[in-house]
Amino acid sequence: MSKSHMLALFTDFDEASNAIRELKASNLEGFNIKDVTLKSPIEHPEIEELLGKRPVYVQFFTLFGAIFGGLGGFTFISSSQATFLLQPKGGKPVIPIPPDMVLTYELFILFGVYITVLGFFIGAKLPMKRHKLYNARVSEDQIGILIKADDTAMPAIKDLMTRHKALEIIGEGSK
Amino acid sequence: MINTFEERDVAVEKRFIHKEKDIREDIAWAQINKDVLKSLERPRMLFWVIFIASLALFMVGVSCEIYQYQTGMGVANLDNPHVWGLYIGTFIFWIGMSHSGTLLSAILHIMHADWRKPIYRFAEAMTTFSLMTAGLFVMVHLGRVWQFYYVVAYPNERWTWPNFQSPLVWDATAIFTYLTSSMIFLYIGMIPDLAICRDNATGFRKSFYTFLSLGWMGTDRQWANFRVTYLTVACFLIPLAVSVHSIVATDFAVSQQPGWHITSFPPYFVAGALYSGCAAIITLFIVLRYVFRFEEYMTMPILEKTAKLTFAIAMVWTYLNLVEYSSTWYGDDMYAKQALIYRATGDFAPYWWMMNFLGSVVPFTLAFKRIRNNIPAMLVISILLNVGMWLERWMIVSPTFANGIYPWTWDHDQWPSLVQWGIVAGSFGWFNMLFMLFCKIFPSVSMYEVKEMVYHRSLVRKGTEDATQINPELAVEGGIAS
Repeated sequence: MSKSHMLALFTDFDEASNAIRELKASNLEGFNIKDVTLKSPIEHPEIEELLGKRPVYVQFFTLFGAIFGGLGGFTFISSSQATFLLQPKGGKPVIPIPPDMVLTYELFILFGVYITVLGFFIGAKLPMKRHKLYNARVSEDQIGILIKADDTAMPAIKDLMTRHKALEIIGEGSK
Repeated sequence: MINTFEERDVAVEKRFIHKEKDIREDIAWAQINKDVLKSLERPRMLFWVIFIASLALFMVGVSCEIYQYQTGMGVANLDNPHVWGLYIGTFIFWIGMSHSGTLLSAILHIMHADWRKPIYRFAEAMTTFSLMTAGLFVMVHLGRVWQFYYVVAYPNERWTWPNFQSPLVWDATAIFTYLTSSMIFLYIGMIPDLAICRDNATGFRKSFYTFLSLGWMGTDRQWANFRVTYLTVACFLIPLAVSVHSIVATDFAVSQQPGWHITSFPPYFVAGALYSGCAAIITLFIVLRYVFRFEEYMTMPILEKTAKLTFAIAMVWTYLNLVEYSSTWYGDDMYAKQALIYRATGDFAPYWWMMNFLGSVVPFTLAFKRIRNNIPAMLVISILLNVGMWLERWMIVSPTFANGIYPWTWDHDQWPSLVQWGIVAGSFGWFNMLFMLFCKIFPSVSMYEVKEMVYHRSLVRKGTEDATQINPELAVEGGIAS
């Protein structure tokens, strides 16, 4: 069965969330709630929850980055200092822990931030090519619901969106 | 007269209803886009006046630096014991200024203070540009600019013997971390707005914003990842900002010079940084409000809140200043005490007293609502506060070198030469120029966050309206329910 896309635009979050709720409860054949994407000008965690659990993995990147930065930083500094064994240190330790902790701390943060951002790009799939049904009004003041479903389910979905006062419904063929 | 709990609740709600609003809740989202995008097109004439004056000032600084580079550090009148002069004083000033963005973006973000939303973007830009300016002074004061890489921590295959125990290496690492993290934070927070710019631009600008917005579409997946990332980076930035200025304080504290060994030195530096950053935010708030016609977004209640925050931080700084003086006075370090007496009575005394007056007395004017709501007064006060904070940094550096532990330092009063003053002035030109360019190219008010602010406040307002219908006592003359 061939699948196609449809974008419904709404003026407010209430109507959009009602539409998603009904879509979720409709159990339409050829449609899966996982194939619904919400597009909005602002973040709205409450509606995102309606779409089901869509986990974010950025925090694991952060954890890895921070640990890598801290351990790697200390290893980098101390191994660099360890090559000074032949140089007289005046009785001071070759690898002095307190001053090395300062640099370790900075590198812990540095890599924590860098790898977090890398995680963001991977998680948000950025950079990406904009979807062909992307509508600039979504970045202005309208809420878009992008649905991917079987062609047979599309008329029912369109009907549901119209009932929920969708401002405009754009199909792949109509663009 | 309030007698019952119910009456108290009604009074509290009335106060909430009639409170002056940070922003109008009925601004249309499309209007927000339009107003902010207009700032990228045609600013007021004052924009170009500031930009050209800044460029001229920057060229003065560049000329002075070229002259100093070709002739030697003698033209700056820097010689033993005065090896830092205005350069390092101004370096600390710019590092301090950078804390403004972290305060507004990260600290207030975590504390859910949503009034920061219309003004945090330019504060973040201030952070980035002031760090870039501060970094220049490290190189300028070296004299041998080409040996700058000595302070960068890297393996020693080239036998350059980097000293990882030196706070100068810590400084370089901390500033690099802070600069790159701040730039990333600024950029990540701007991606949804860059997408708005992309959707509204044409020609070359469209390609530019398309490239920078990375194909952002505002999907639920993107927003969810964005939310976690922004919060995480904000959490990293707060300890980072504290560490950066603590390390700058350590540059001083680990030296042998008198007067720099008080335990409270690092928090004193951090408080000073937040203080000057807040004062600079007020100055630029007023300038941007006028230049880009941001009256709807940079409102008087937000200015008032920023002024109150500045006042609170000014009092923290004053307290830590007094701690420094009293610790030195009652301590047993006679050299430190002598340095303090020299600051108050020696050659630098007028500047030291002016610093104390501008930094600790002038902020008391912010205690008055009438002054907090007077834009010309706030502009003058914010500039005076920053003059005071710049003097503070100079007073930390120069009087100490002029009155060190060894007697031979006592008769070497070296007034900064015109070259030093020129480079300092040039740094202000460089900062202003970059800042104004940024505001012309990128949205200096966060459009999506202002929309969020308007949205959430309108929900609260709607809830309050419903409450007034249930309890008519809340509806009073002039109120929303009447």
